[in-house]
Amino acid sequence: MIAIFRGILKSQKMIVTCFLILCILLLISIFAPWLAPNDPIAINLTHKLQPPSLDYPLGTDHLGRCMFSRILFGARISLGFAFLIFISALSMGLLIGIISGYIGGWVDQLLMRIGDGLMAIPSLLFVLGFVGIWGAGLKQVILGLILVQWVYYARVIRGMVLSLKEQNYITAAKISGSSTWIIMKKHIIPNVLPSLAVMGTLEMGWAIMNLSSMSFLGLGVQPPTPEWGAMIHEGKSYIRTNPTLMIYPGLMIMLVVVTFNLLGESLSERFGVKRR
Amino acid sequence: MQGVKPLSLLQVKQVSLSFNSKKFFIGKDLSKKVLNDISFTIEEGTCLGLIGTSGAGKSTLGRVILGIQRPQQGQVLFQGYDIYNSDKATQHNIRRDLQVVFQDSYSAVNPRMTAERIISEPLENYGKLTKGELRRTVCELLERVGLSEKDLKKYPHQFSGGQLQRINIARAIALKPKLVVLDESVSSLDMVTQSLILELLSELKDDFGLSYLFITHDIKAAFSISDKIGVLEKGELIERYDSKDQFFSSKHPIVKRLRDCILAEHPRFRTLTTGKLG
Repeated sequence: MIAIFRGILKSQKMIVTCFLILCILLLISIFAPWLAPNDPIAINLTHKLQPPSLDYPLGTDHLGRCMFSRILFGARISLGFAFLIFISALSMGLLIGIISGYIGGWVDQLLMRIGDGLMAIPSLLFVLGFVGIWGAGLKQVILGLILVQWVYYARVIRGMVLSLKEQNYITAAKISGSSTWIIMKKHIIPNVLPSLAVMGTLEMGWAIMNLSSMSFLGLGVQPPTPEWGAMIHEGKSYIRTNPTLMIYPGLMIMLVVVTFNLLGESLSERFGVKRR
Repeated sequence: MQGVKPLSLLQVKQVSLSFNSKKFFIGKDLSKKVLNDISFTIEEGTCLGLIGTSGAGKSTLGRVILGIQRPQQGQVLFQGYDIYNSDKATQHNIRRDLQVVFQDSYSAVNPRMTAERIISEPLENYGKLTKGELRRTVCELLERVGLSEKDLKKYPHQFSGGQLQRINIARAIALKPKLVVLDESVSSLDMVTQSLILELLSELKDDFGLSYLFITHDIKAAFSISDKIGVLEKGELIERYDSKDQFFSSKHPIVKRLRDCILAEHPRFRTLTTGKLG
């Protein structure tokens, strides 16, 4: 059973399927204004909590807003900001990891001790504290998540740079007159990036989960902006009568996170430098 | 350090180096003396063979000469310039004339670069060449070391160890250096490839007017290419010879032991003086 699953993971099919799903989601979030049948934030109390119909493909919520349109627009927020978190944390981690790995010495010590400090606090608690100080809002949550996340990238990259630095070809490059900048550009970054892409794909799922859970707690995206986590939060009072209000956005989060994780897994199974 | 033009290409003056491991509050001082008061010179156009057992400090000495491992004491003068205590521009220029070929050809090249990019790296660092000129120079170098234009776009894993060592040699001679440090460059190759590479190296030496520092534990290989021989043992340069005969008539116990390790052409001719071998 596990062997079969591993086989699927390794195969090209898995990567292609995951990639297709993500492409569709990307298209949805780009073309949401044209695809959505209704205005996602237009309140219409006379149509509240309606079952699916032609006008409202997935029914309406407690304020009579179209669920389908809200989910489409929610993809924009969830995917867009998760991507922002991912890219910012990645660049910050890449920069700090390379500096700290290559330069070493007290610079390395300082940066890594800051990282240790951040890692010592549970990430959820850190973001909660951050929001507690600066107030609830999307900006604060995103900033908090970036500050939590870069450490993991920086650690991994630092480790890779440390081992790369001792390679003979780096010494050979130094001897052939390459400057530190050229060594970074030609030898270190190209060797770090592929593993980073794999790690990043896995972390993307993490970013979406955390952003949504923050919004679920009412700390991230503020109503009436449609966001999947926030939609679950708004629907939770109707869990007995209209469970679909929570189920649809929940399924979307699950779909995205699972896709990202499976993609990351299968990429890491396949990726790797050809070595002897 | 500038001034009079020196006679020797490379002068190593009383170089000592020890690797320190800092004590952590208590415990023994674990610093290890790797090189101890080493002095020698390499004249232009000659090859100095450096023989020694594993751990004798041969490769460290190579790194010191290449300018990547600063010794605690002593000086390394290259054409009269101190390679550790001169300004950046001079150091950058010295780099050009001092190149290396490592033992393990696979780890000496970036696995993500094609042969063309590997060889053009030093060329790009010194001097501006257009793309066409660069490609032509790389092709010439490839042909010079016995490979062909077809190999331009190949990646390291597509080459055999011997071919890859040729690429390393091409990279080393790309800048027309004056001194090339061959750090066990043929030791991980089979006998046939070894002799081919040695042949190539001595051809290149004549063509480009190169000097070599040939670091090896293989006495036969050292003799086939070197003009002079130095024996390194436990960080000390114990003996120096200007010819093979001197090496074979030496009375030094360590040299004797090294000498006994050379296999005779036929087992019948083998003499066991120490009685420990076999």
